[in-house]
Amino acid sequence: MTLPYYVPPEQLMKDRAEFAQKGIAKGRSIIAVEYADGVLMLAENSSKALNKIGEIYDRLAFAGVGKYNEFEALRVAGIRHADLKGYSYGRSDVSAKSLANAYSQTLAAVFAETVKPYEIEILIVEVGDTPDDTVMFRVRYDGTLVDEEGFCAIGGQEDELTSRMKERFESGLDRAAALRFAAEAFERVEDRQIGPEEWEAAVLDRTNGRRMFRRLSADEITSARS
Amino acid sequence: MSLELPSGLNPQSQAQDASFFELLRRHDLEPAWDVGAGDGRFVRAPEATTILALRYADGVVMVGDRRATEGHTIAHRRMQKVYPADGYSAVAIAGTAGLAMEMVKLFQTELEHYEKLEGTRLSLEGKANHLARMVRQQLPMVFQGLVVVPLFCGFDEEAGEGRLYTYDVVGGRYEEDDYAASGSGGREAKAYLRSVFRDDLSEDDALRHGIAAIAAAAEQDTATGGPDPRRGIYSSAVIVDRAGYREVDEDRVATVSNQVMGDDQ
Repeated sequence: MTLPYYVPPEQLMKDRAEFAQKGIAKGRSIIAVEYADGVLMLAENSSKALNKIGEIYDRLAFAGVGKYNEFEALRVAGIRHADLKGYSYGRSDVSAKSLANAYSQTLAAVFAETVKPYEIEILIVEVGDTPDDTVMFRVRYDGTLVDEEGFCAIGGQEDELTSRMKERFESGLDRAAALRFAAEAFERVEDRQIGPEEWEAAVLDRTNGRRMFRRLSADEITSARS
Repeated sequence: MSLELPSGLNPQSQAQDASFFELLRRHDLEPAWDVGAGDGRFVRAPEATTILALRYADGVVMVGDRRATEGHTIAHRRMQKVYPADGYSAVAIAGTAGLAMEMVKLFQTELEHYEKLEGTRLSLEGKANHLARMVRQQLPMVFQGLVVVPLFCGFDEEAGEGRLYTYDVVGGRYEEDDYAASGSGGREAKAYLRSVFRDDLSEDDALRHGIAAIAAAAEQDTATGGPDPRRGIYSSAVIVDRAGYREVDEDRVATVSNQVMGDDQ
């Protein structure tokens, strides 16, 4: 009879974390920036069909980096959570905080219990009535939940982008200025020009009515940057 | 609380992944009324009355009165019967108000849920068929005297035209190419529309005819609320065209209603 070999839990968790981090580091980043009327999300994504940024509910949006099938499953689960809650109670009862907590619980369980952890990181954004009520939550592959203010980057070049934005961020930008700010951070870190067709951009904007989410077209991106 | 992750394509499961109603059912949250076999006694609940819709050159106009009745009494004076279904369609309700409002809320959520999950809106045909299924699910309630009959209209983005659908109590779905009306004053409203309708009306004319038809129905049918200038209550009217769904400004409806009433005298 052979004994099952022993792996210390520290080692097990470390191996899993390393595995997940490696997967995430391969993917391109996403930036979210607060501006006067809402929040802008920007990603480099040449695919028109497979999105990294999506609408969750009236005031809530989702962005994911890493393995597409994994964050897509989380996006779908988030929409289900939000629609069920909004239908059972009221539309204003759907909040980023409760959704981020649910994501956190789910990802923590996946990380601890399944053979392969998710190689993803996600961002939940909620735009409030005033800039002070706007919140951004970042949920990591192991369920770690962090709330961010003003701007935030997730994915491979997270650290470089964050330090670049920290130097230059100012609050109260308009939408076009926020887009220039985010795009410029990407291009500096990547050290190359990125064409309008290669961006995926979306906003949650207070001026859009009940459903605040809207994607920006390549033309809008071009005119904002010129 | 943990999240329900999608299962992907499962050959054993018949679940439609993008359906909100299926999701409610999995969580035992679907609106259901456990009614036994009817013992001949009908439940009495407020009724939504007259609604109508007519096609015009650029789309569809939908109008509804504001009265809800319970037996011979007025239950509500300011009830809303015309709702947006999504950005490009509208739904109006007649029949048992409580059930109908719940149906509208579920229908709206269903369309938005699908749009968010799939990244594209259902086709107008798809929306109309889904509503037919929802009406059919109400069938057991019909035997308790609780009937819901909606009207549905929208702008077909593929065909580039406004389209209009009516339903019967068993979920039969009929497309109309001119006008439709439903509810207690529906007969009178339809008779009025028959006399004034022609193809390719302008938006102004279509709106005026719609509002006048409700006023005409209110003349004959006690359950239909006509214009009420004293309380400032007028029909609700919406327009769906290439630009999508929009509510007609209350002032504009009031002005047209007063003109229509003036014309009559």
